[in-house]
Amino acid sequence: MKPLFVDAVGIAAGGLPDWAAAATVLRGEAPYAYADLPAHAPALLPANERRRATATVRLAFRAAEDAIATSRFGAHQLATVFSSSEADTPVMHRIGSALATPQRLVSPTDFHNSVHNAAAGYWSIAAGCRAPSISLSAWDAGFAVGLLEAAALAEIDGHDVLLVAYDIPAPEPLHQKRPLSCSFGVAMVLTPNPGYGHRIDLHLLDAQASESRMQDPALEALRVGNPAARALPLLQLLAQRRAGAVTLPGSGHSRLRISVAPA
Amino acid sequence: MTPLQISHCTATSALGAGLAAHWDALRSERSGLQPRQYEDCTLACWTGEVKGLDQALQGTAAAWDCRNHRLARLALQQDDFIAQVAALRQRYGASRVGVFIGTSTSGVRHTERAYAERAGSGELPASFDYRRTHNVYAIADFVREELQLSGIASAVSTACSSSAKVFASATRAIRAGYCDAAVVGGVDSLCLTTLHGFHSLQLVSADICRPADARRNGISIGEAAGFAILEPDRGTAPLLLGYGESSDAHHMSAPDPEGRGAAAAMQAALQRAGLAPDQIDYINLHGTGTQANDHAEDRGVCALFGADTPCSSTKGWTGHTLGAAAILEAVISLLCLRHSWLPRSLTTTERDPRLGAAILLQSRSQPVRHVLSNSFGFGGSNCSLLFGLGR
Repeated sequence: MKPLFVDAVGIAAGGLPDWAAAATVLRGEAPYAYADLPAHAPALLPANERRRATATVRLAFRAAEDAIATSRFGAHQLATVFSSSEADTPVMHRIGSALATPQRLVSPTDFHNSVHNAAAGYWSIAAGCRAPSISLSAWDAGFAVGLLEAAALAEIDGHDVLLVAYDIPAPEPLHQKRPLSCSFGVAMVLTPNPGYGHRIDLHLLDAQASESRMQDPALEALRVGNPAARALPLLQLLAQRRAGAVTLPGSGHSRLRISVAPA
Repeated sequence: MTPLQISHCTATSALGAGLAAHWDALRSERSGLQPRQYEDCTLACWTGEVKGLDQALQGTAAAWDCRNHRLARLALQQDDFIAQVAALRQRYGASRVGVFIGTSTSGVRHTERAYAERAGSGELPASFDYRRTHNVYAIADFVREELQLSGIASAVSTACSSSAKVFASATRAIRAGYCDAAVVGGVDSLCLTTLHGFHSLQLVSADICRPADARRNGISIGEAAGFAILEPDRGTAPLLLGYGESSDAHHMSAPDPEGRGAAAAMQAALQRAGLAPDQIDYINLHGTGTQANDHAEDRGVCALFGADTPCSSTKGWTGHTLGAAAILEAVISLLCLRHSWLPRSLTTTERDPRLGAAILLQSRSQPVRHVLSNSFGFGGSNCSLLFGLGR
């Protein structure tokens, strides 16, 4: 596995509304205090698509747009990896409810929003980007598996890559079955080319390696409350601009060790 | 790219369980589609249903029981696949064999049932195990557990290109050293979400699907599971020579009418394989049977290949198996290579004169060295795979 370089970071979470604010909190310069994210109108989306974009898609866009804002790459240049454990549970809930009625009338907009790659599809339209795009799911390991996919796209196929990991809490009654505590979106622009920010190196470990945790109890609660928030230990290292290593949950019986060397 | 070999493969669909059943149905030109209703669904349509999924999973697999996993297990039990993976575990170690599975809806049928059984309180049944049935990753985790593998696992879900993208994803993972070999596959089972969902978009035909036909008016939905073993070329099996991925950047549920995204995916696959268009003997089309798909794909094919490369859609046999379509058609492509045979577009009676590509109206035997297989999904997700017996 070759090194990867982090050109830009974006975030969208309650109390961490953008990377600049989040970095301050993660460096310990400001306390973490939860606050609802204001509604987000994706700036890049054409009106037709913006009308149809769900809360899930908007969360992914918010994080992605935050990263693109400070990236040296244009959104249209980047291959994409969209990682979400659940994708659109509110849409799933509406379709499940509709199918439980005698008429079984599924909304066509709900149906096209129900695909796991909906956010990726909207993004390619918004960015005018025809590059490869992968959408995947790996339960609580989605950030690590998405990062590995992005790293492979960079190393093997030579792409600069936008990685977006995002999940929102499901409505009841699905929420009881997958109780995420909050919305969380994180985005990174990654490149195989040196000279673009912090270097990271990835190593797969077996399950005996223990996961990194957040020292701050509120941030630790956030980390375990949403699969995308499993990125927080890495985000903290990036915010602190210091060398170090963190271990994130991987899929199967694996863990992902990420070493950071600041630019 | 350096090719990887496809050491083993298997598929289960409405044509039957395993490679022999598929080859038999293809050669005897027997479609698996029937004008029969799926469960109590009252939509007028044809479906490609897999038989033998009525028995619940038992023992350690009981917690994973749902239609999608019954289908996955039935498919894994064919063609000695489990034993072949056991040999792979021996060769590389359980943690060094990755699992990459494509699906569009995973076990959503299980959630549909849970919603239909909701109590007065609105709660879902206590026995409903969302994580091990409907969650998209469930299918990859289930396959990984069934095959006793412990390394990297990923569920790729890009609608109808899902189980093509797994070949690209697994190839990169092997090249990057995340694993030494991989099990790739796709599983999608019949459910009301897709039947009623595609119906809401007026994309389900009341007739059997007729790809490339002048009177085509939509898809027939099927279900399938298929798996393949991908590992470094040891000179013992057909090869994955290339893959190509692109995004349409056009519309969420309709293809770019000019087929530019489709052409870009095919071009990238050719480029990775180092092959020219005239070296491709057959194209297995995405060919869903909707007006828009077949037209856009035809534009893309003609732009790259002209009007002479033989091509056909095999969805008249199997229906559109959505997230499993690409693995099923990969297996059919490998059968074409193995048997030096090209399938016709089974249900096409009157070729659409507006289409320019060389749609096969008669199956035929001929030397087949390189096959391209196309898969395109909602959200404008395109993927082409190039298989061959050698460069």
